[in-house]
Parts: sequence; C-alpha cells; structure tokens
Amino acid sequence: MARITLRVNGATQSVDADPDTPLLYVLRDDLGLHGPKFGCGLGQCGACTVHLEGEAVRSCSVPVSAVAGKKVTTLEGLGSTAKPHPLQQAFIDEQAVQCGYCINGMIMTSAALLRKNGKPSEEQIRAALAGNLCRCGTHQRITAAVRRAALAA
Amino acid sequence: MRDDRRHFLKTAGALVVSFSTGATAWARSAPGAITPSKTVNKEALDAWLAIGRDNSITVYSGKVDLGTGTRTALAQIAAEELDVAFDRVEMVMGDTGTTPDQWLTGANLTIAQGGSELRRAAASARAALIERAAQRLGAAPADLMVDDGVVRVKGDPSRHASYGELIERGFEIKVDSKAALKKAADYRIVGRNIPRVDIPGKVTGEWTYVHDFRLPGMLHARVIRSPIFGARVSSVDDRGARAVAGFVQTVRKGDFLAVVAKTEWAAIKASRAIGVQWGEGTRLPDKGTVFQTWRARPVAKTEATQKAGDAPAALAQAVRRVKASYEFSVQTHASLGPSCAVAQFKEGQLTVWSASQATHSMQTELAGITGLPPASIRLVYLEGAGCYGRNGHEDATADAAVIAQAIGKPVRVQWMREDETARAPKSPPRAMDFEAGLDAQGNVIAWNADFWIALNHIVAFKPLDFPLLAATEMGQPKPGNWVGFLFQNAGMGYTVPNIRVETHHVAETFFRSAHLRSPGRIENSFANEGFMDELAHAAGADPAEFRLRNLKDARAEAVIRAAMKLAGWQTRVGINPAAGSGSVVRGRGISYTRYNNAITYVAAVAEVEVNRDSGAVRVTRLCIGHDCGQMINPDGVANQVQGGALQTVSRTLMEEVQWTPERVTSVDWVTYPIARFTDLPKVDIELIDRPGEPAWGVGEPTAVVIPGAIANAIFDATGARLRSVPFTPEKVKAALAAAPARA
Ligand code: FES
Ligand code: FES
Repeated sequence: MARITLRVNGATQSVDADPDTPLLYVLRDDLGLHGPKFGCGLGQCGACTVHLEGEAVRSCSVPVSAVAGKKVTTLEGLGSTAKPHPLQQAFIDEQAVQCGYCINGMIMTSAALLRKNGKPSEEQIRAALAGNLCRCGTHQRITAAVRRAALAA
Repeated sequence: MRDDRRHFLKTAGALVVSFSTGATAWARSAPGAITPSKTVNKEALDAWLAIGRDNSITVYSGKVDLGTGTRTALAQIAAEELDVAFDRVEMVMGDTGTTPDQWLTGANLTIAQGGSELRRAAASARAALIERAAQRLGAAPADLMVDDGVVRVKGDPSRHASYGELIERGFEIKVDSKAALKKAADYRIVGRNIPRVDIPGKVTGEWTYVHDFRLPGMLHARVIRSPIFGARVSSVDDRGARAVAGFVQTVRKGDFLAVVAKTEWAAIKASRAIGVQWGEGTRLPDKGTVFQTWRARPVAKTEATQKAGDAPAALAQAVRRVKASYEFSVQTHASLGPSCAVAQFKEGQLTVWSASQATHSMQTELAGITGLPPASIRLVYLEGAGCYGRNGHEDATADAAVIAQAIGKPVRVQWMREDETARAPKSPPRAMDFEAGLDAQGNVIAWNADFWIALNHIVAFKPLDFPLLAATEMGQPKPGNWVGFLFQNAGMGYTVPNIRVETHHVAETFFRSAHLRSPGRIENSFANEGFMDELAHAAGADPAEFRLRNLKDARAEAVIRAAMKLAGWQTRVGINPAAGSGSVVRGRGISYTRYNNAITYVAAVAEVEVNRDSGAVRVTRLCIGHDCGQMINPDGVANQVQGGALQTVSRTLMEEVQWTPERVTSVDWVTYPIARFTDLPKVDIELIDRPGEPAWGVGEPTAVVIPGAIANAIFDATGARLRSVPFTPEKVKAALAAAPARA
C-alpha cells in the first residue's frame, strides 16, 4: 500500500492504494466516480477512457502510481446534468445512447479529438472512435452527436 | 422533437435526480428491509400505481429497461392514460419487492404486453379517481374532465379535486380489465418524441448502473472458473491468494470457487494467485463439422410448424426444383460491460441488486441455490450493460447471492471480460434445409423446409430449469436451455399453396444456451429470405417484385416499398450488370419479415461492396421500412431500429464463437471481434406510424432482416450465395469459387 496523491477533476485527492492498481479502480471505488467503466481491463474497448494531462487514455491499463501528481479528468469533470459540456449536450440532443455503457469512452475520446481538430469530418470521427466499441449499435447517433458538438463550438 | 427536447431540458435537472435515484432510493434508505408494505399482486391496482399527495405518480413495472428506452416509453403510456404531465411519472422497474411480476423482459414484449397491462391499470386508476371526484364534487362522472391530475367540473373549473387529494389510502380495488382506454386521436404524450429520461445521467456519470451500486461495508469478489470446458475442481491451494494485501477469504462450495477481498484490485490479484488443479473437461465437438454434428444429434421432438396443402406431392409435379441448406453459427451476447451484481444476506433475508432481465424468475432460481424460500429473496433491478437476451447477468446474480450468504457481508461481484465472452450462455447452432418447386410460370407451388433448432426448456413458462453456473458448480445440475421460441418465423410468410415446415428440436446443445436478440427469428428469417431470393432468381424475377407478388398484405407491401424507395431500388433480374469489373464489386439485396409472422413488419435493402480478392464484405448502406403499429415514441423506435440493424451487421459479417475440443477460445474483443465505427454503414429508416393500431415491439424485428438482405446483396454483386452466417472472408471466397462464372 502506498499513499498516492492525484489531481482529479480539479481537486487534489489522496488515496491509499497498491501502486499497481489500475487507475480505473481507484477512480471508481476510492473516489466514487461512475463515468469511467470497466469493459475489458485489456485496453481493447475504451469504456474506461479518461483524460490524463488532456490526452485520452485507458484507465484500466494505467497503474495509479504512474499518474501521481498528474491531471486526470473524468466524464464528471466535463460537466453535469445541471451544466452539461457541449459534447454531453450534443449526446442528449441526438439521443445518442442505448444502454450507455460505452458512452463515457465515446465522449472522452471525442472530447480529446475535438481539442485537436475542431471540425472533424465524418470519416475523421469514425477513425478517431474506431478503438471504442459499442455493442448496442449506437454508432450513427454517436457520430451525429460529435458532429453536432463540433458545429456548435 | 425540438419542442419536446426544449421542454425536457428545462426540467432535466429535477427529472434526472428522481429517475436516476428512484429505483435505488429504497435500497439506500433501508437495506435489509425485505418486505415493503405494498402489494405486488397483478390484479390489485395498487400493485401498479401509487399517487403522492403532491400528484406525483409512481409506476411499478415488472418489465425493466434494458437500455432500450422503455423506462421513458412506459412512463409515456401511463401519463397518457392518467391524464397527467409526463414529468410527474417516476418509474420503479423490476424490484420484486414492489413491482408486479410481468414475466421477464424480452421476446419483444415490453411495450406490447407490458405496456398494455400498464395502460389498462392506468385507465382503471383514472376511472376510479373520477368516480371518487364525482362523489366529492357532487357531479356526474361524464361532467368531469382531468387536467394534469386535477379533476374539474366541466364549465365550472373552480370545483376541482386533485388525484393527490382523492387517493387517500390507495385504490384498494382490482384492475378493471374493461376500463375504457383513451382514443389515439386524443393522445398528447404517446406518439411524441419525449427525450429519454436516463440519457442526461448516462452522459454525465450521474446514472447508477448496477456496476456503480455500493453498500456500506461492501466487499469485492471474483469467481474462479475453469478455462477447460466442463472441468471440475480437483484441489485448491489458496496460499498465494492469502498473501495478497486486502484478501479476506476464499469461498468454496463444491466446484464453486471465489475469492473475497477488501478492494476490487485485491480480489482480482487473489483470483490470479490462487492455485487450482482442474480435472478432466468435457470434450467439445469439432468446430469444423459442427453443423453435421448438430443435425445428427438426438431430437427430442419434431413439430409441424406450418402446413398447407400437400408440399411433397406438389414438389413431385414441379417443373423446376431448387434445394439449399443454410447455417447460423454459435454467437454470444458479448455485452460491453461484464456482468455484475451486489448482494446482501442479513437475518435470513437475501437482497440482490441485479441487472437481470428476469428478476422475478430469479427469485425462484435463487431459492434452489440458496435453500431460502422465494419470499425471503428480493431482487432489485439496476441497469447493466445491454444484454440482448440472457447474458451473464443471471449467473453473476447467483454468484453474488451465494457469496453473500456464505460470508454474511455485503458483496459485489463483477465478472472479468473472459467470463462474459467465454462463459456467459451462447446462442445454439442452427441448420436449415429447403426444397421448393416452381411451375412453368415461375410460381412457387411447393415449399418444404426442415429446421434443426435447440429444445427450449420451459417450466411454468419460465427459465427455472436453466443451469446457472453457480447451481451446476454447487452440485445442482439443471437440465435445460432457455433459448426462447426458436420455431418462430420458421413458417414462411408468403402465399404459397403447398407448405411443409418442420422443426426438429435437438435435445441437448454443446454449450449452455440462451436466447440472443431475435432468437430463432433471426436464423429462420435469414434462411427463408435467402432461399426466397434463390427462388426469385430461378423464376427469373426481380427479388423485390417476386416478394410483392407472393404477398397479400398491404402493410407488408408498404414496408417493402418504403425500403425500396429509400434505396432507389432498380428492378432487374439476375446479378448486377453494373457491379463493377475491378476487384471490388457492388450489389444490393432485399429481405422482408413479419416478426413471429404476427406482429411488426420490417423490410431492409442492403447495399454492399465485395472484395473478390480478399473476400471482405462491406455493407455501405441499409434502408429500412418498419411498421410496428402505434409508435409510443418514434425517436425511441428509430434508435432501436438503428441499433438492431448495426449490431446485426456485426453478427452477420464477423461473429462466431471459437473453440477447440478443450476450451472456448473466444475470450475477449480480439478473439470475438465485433464491428467498429469504420466497418458500419449508414442506416436510413422509414417508420410507418399506425395511430390507434396495437403497439408492437421494436427491439428485435429489424435484426431479423439484416443477414438475408446482406446475403442477397452479395449475390447481386457476385452471383455467389452466402448460406452460412457469419460471412467471413474465407466463406465468401469459397462461395465465389463455387458460383457460376459471371455472364
Ligand atoms: S476497460 Fe479499458 S479498454 Fe476496455
Ligand atoms: S450504447 Fe450500449 S454499448 Fe454503446
């Protein structure tokens, strides 16, 4: 066990954790965040995506010790139902959810994309999200939501 | 749609709070209270609805929202019949302590059956409240009107009483099965695109999935299961697990083995560190010859599923006979989130927070495993990842129950990816044989078909004989598969004079089997529609015209014509003359089915590109015509139609469980790949609304037309028939090699 200090969604937090614990479990179980999801634990699906220093990373595959002192942003850090982030609002407007289990990864990955490329084409959106799996077949609405957010920006 | 959304957004904050926490409010306030003082008897009106003094409405639904939007659609139905604003309605779903048993959530029945039961209850409630208001206000019921839960005297609106004032101690009457229902022409809420109430919470992380649910003092567990198929535990050495910081204990009951720890990561590490010797497994059949093996297995019963005229005699007189066999591989639900459940056992009472689509049946299923009476078991539904049938949710629910009972502390069990992909139930394999006869004019005069389907084990119409993993491991083997009604849509939907369709119910499957989205209908419709296309070709007819010629149902014709129109269908006979001459060729195909030959109508046109060198198939567009009767929420329908279409492109082109004689080797997303954003087509949809007609399900029908439309499009592009799902590049190349040379 080690005491590790994290900067999550703008707040500094300390947790006692095994240094090799994947960041995902610390976020979910120690910090009570529900945005990032466990989908595979293998880096294959994207459900666990968070931003580390602004880059989209798979929190199931990053040990918590590697993020000590670094800036982590989760879905909760983007916005809330009271004050949604433009991408979250776009997902609501397009009703781009079925079960919604993949949606954390879709929004976090798209947010990182839009920061680099504010006006992506349909193809660029699909390519950027190709590593994020959705089992419900919500793809068409997800790309529409990302396009909508890009246009609104 | 815009107005609905704006209206919603104004109230979004309040709504989200009530909807996202409603189902769990009980759990948080009073864990351990097993029997809330509320009736769940379906006949009692109070089982369905509760009205607060503030006119808030709580609907108790035995049907659950599996991520398809039915929480919203059912609330629309209730609000409409009650004459209250949509925002007043809060849904409680699938809690065995407070909701009536409406059978499990599946078979495309949530709206059709669950919605009409709820509608009847809401209409009964409205009538009862008007009756009470009439007495209180001294007016005849016919002189009263309801405006957002307030009953007023027509012409004298100052005389009024609210539902909240009228409800007193509750309804205390039965549901009136003859209660008058509102006319479709008067609908203000049903038929509108009310935004889903769960979406704001789901896009912000505020929603509580079962994976997010926590209890004070809760521990984490992982179950250890053999990688070797069917192997039992020989011996366990948990010294490695004990060395993991945070380890609490090992639980072993027969072959059921789990580790419990203070944190999830410690539980995972302990599950990897525990030493287990596994015994001999059960050998799986050779995968390469699985369909021959399947046909040769003992058959429990054969049923005449459809019969008209004398098919063998007509076949003997046919001018032209066509024969073909079709197959559909073993697939799996592959939910994006591995299954999860939280359980607590306290003072003889077991409560499980579960994503099961069958919480009421689980009460009985768990009774057998835990030795507790069903009345001491409560299941509280919380959403999981989409399941598309019986995935691992029920097994994980049983795992949590067994461990909680063993340790006497609240426990959360989450499956690992391998558990979900390899060990959750599978869809059974499928083989189908056809022969049909045409007369000199190209009319189909005989249709003869045999379907080898898995036997469905039903006890009291429920999956009570289903072999949950924990039950088997604890030495309580159960005999049966719960695969759904696989005979449905084996019968063909066209007007052929002589038909013989038999279903052969194979007694045992290789894998534990359960229904997977559109069970039976997807395999049957794929084969029926592929074969129908073969007949169209043999008859020298355009495949769409040929279908229309053999249908006498205006609603069927309407969905076919809608799909054709969206696709800009060009009538032609034979393969596409403009398919292209390079290695990539193009084609389009059509498929039509009426779900269960009784409800929702759907037709699809698929456009494909086939790479003749690599065998890769790309679906570039899907055009869908869809008629589910009265639509409750058209945007919700569209969402399900798109989802059913896109998921099935994945199933059709790439999904197939892999195995060796010793083990299932599909264990993750690399070994059981599904389609990605870059693989998927655009879906165009025409929804035909039928206000006032019965409302039929939309979750399953679209899936059934996709494999046939893709197969028929590949034929149009190449002249090759794909008769075995999935259409992998190897199978496509083999079919291309077998196809007659292109003209
Ligand atoms: S859970 Fe991290 S990529 Fe799947
Ligand atoms: S919405 Fe269910 S996995 Fe994407």
